[in-house]
Amino acid sequence: MAKVDMSVNIAGVTLRNPVVTVSGACGFGEEYKPFYTTADIGAIAVKGTTLLPRLGNAVPRIAETPAGILNSIGLQNPGVDVFVTRELPRLREEGACVIANIAGSTLEDYQAVAERVADAGVDLIEMNISCPNVKEGGVAFGVIPAMVEKITAAVKEKCGKVPLIVKLSPNVADIAENARAAQAGGADALSLINTLIGMRIDIKSRKPILANKIGGLSGPAVFPVAVRMVWQAKKATGLPIIGMGGVATAEDAIEIMMAGADAVGVGTAMFKNPMAPIEIRDGIERWCEEHGIADVKEITGSVID
Amino acid sequence: MNPILAKGKILSNRLLLEGGLLYEMKILTPEMAAGALPGQFVQVDCGEGTSLRRPISICDCDDITLTLCYDVRGKGTLAMAKMPVGGEIDLLGPIGRGFEIPEQGRVLLVGGGIGIYPLVKPASLLGGRAKALLGFRNASLVNGVEYFTDYGAEALVCTDDGSYGVHGFVTSLLEEELKAGDATVLICGPMPMMKAAAAVCAKYGAAAQVSLEERMGCGVGACLACVCKIKVKDGDGEKHARVCVDGPVFDASEVVW
Repeated sequence: MAKVDMSVNIAGVTLRNPVVTVSGACGFGEEYKPFYTTADIGAIAVKGTTLLPRLGNAVPRIAETPAGILNSIGLQNPGVDVFVTRELPRLREEGACVIANIAGSTLEDYQAVAERVADAGVDLIEMNISCPNVKEGGVAFGVIPAMVEKITAAVKEKCGKVPLIVKLSPNVADIAENARAAQAGGADALSLINTLIGMRIDIKSRKPILANKIGGLSGPAVFPVAVRMVWQAKKATGLPIIGMGGVATAEDAIEIMMAGADAVGVGTAMFKNPMAPIEIRDGIERWCEEHGIADVKEITGSVID
Repeated sequence: MNPILAKGKILSNRLLLEGGLLYEMKILTPEMAAGALPGQFVQVDCGEGTSLRRPISICDCDDITLTLCYDVRGKGTLAMAKMPVGGEIDLLGPIGRGFEIPEQGRVLLVGGGIGIYPLVKPASLLGGRAKALLGFRNASLVNGVEYFTDYGAEALVCTDDGSYGVHGFVTSLLEEELKAGDATVLICGPMPMMKAAAAVCAKYGAAAQVSLEERMGCGVGACLACVCKIKVKDGDGEKHARVCVDGPVFDASEVVW
């Protein structure tokens, strides 16, 4: 049969394949170059970027959990100036589809960063209102639906022609309601799920393992939650969705696409297997070939429910 | 070299210390071994039930084999201890900035506990120019001294409780050595010991390198989990450096202890 069309579309932007490396897991793409380049994947969502550089949280910042990890990095990043002047031109040269992930402490911070990255010409902007690891901002904007709508509308104004993805927190009462709030605010697409808030304690010392005490849970442990929330968010909004949360295999990717994801984020899986994004990409293509699917987009939302 | 993913063949995997938890594994992995530098580490895939690889320092290497010495501390290292000889091991490495070996002059290798092992490869390159100062909690934990003496280094051993060798901390041995003459100092061990040793080196103006450890995620510098505080050059600020790729070896004078 003819080659599978692996391209997908997120709010008018074409990704060469559905695999996105998620924000926080792949830096600005440089570190994984010995294994694959950003031209091999659908898009790279870069490290959460704030207006000014951030030092991040104290260590320990990571702990292993059953079928996952808990992290509390605290948005350590070099600031939007470094992203725009140093990282973005390099990513452009590599042929990357670039998703700028933006974060802040105030609504004005978010607007300022959005404006900078939109002017610099990123392909998509992903607004992180779901980071569980910073004291101000972050998840505070992502929990109450009215706040989600308000900040989405305010940031959308500053994005120009660049489509805005709202990254949703799973730590909410009703994901469908938050997805609709983002849509009402003008979101062009959604990404979900960010991490679930968790905690681990070292029973020998009786101290929390993470210096921040609590952190975000990711990895296969959260995968069923991600599938459920993607399914609900798609039904609630019909918006393009980058589905993420514990995707570790091509089968996982296909499952979350069936639930309603147009593209698939890979993060934690890379820590054990740096080749995971490529293996998942190739596995999806193989599965399509084996199942007579000519266009990967046919998988999206194909769950029989 | 850039880190690579490679399978290795386990040539041996033996308990080093009777009744202890310390193991030595020799691995045949030519491509990785040939590129490995002293002070670097590898990330070991410990199989089912682990989401993160385990960073293990390279104890020694030649053109085709790596030697790893590791303590069984949890699920991952326990799985390593059970890996059969002749079996396959999945490695990511070699990773990190290792020790800079001075071309001439005396070098003191200051190690504490399991921290002595990353100093073995430097000893192999230094021969008689190296003197190892090795500290352990007590006599039952003393091990690995022959790794240094076999390469022609003199080795002094001390124990916290005096049950073997000199009674006292390795920092006292270090101070005596630096009083006697200048040396480059390579340090690896528990954080309090490294901090104290770095302070002694600063007091005597000796150049010192420390190998730091921190809970690690990706091991390639992307996730920013394993950071340490470093003084900003030509400034009074501090920044976070990644232990995995900016280290694990740092100039002791740049570390914010």
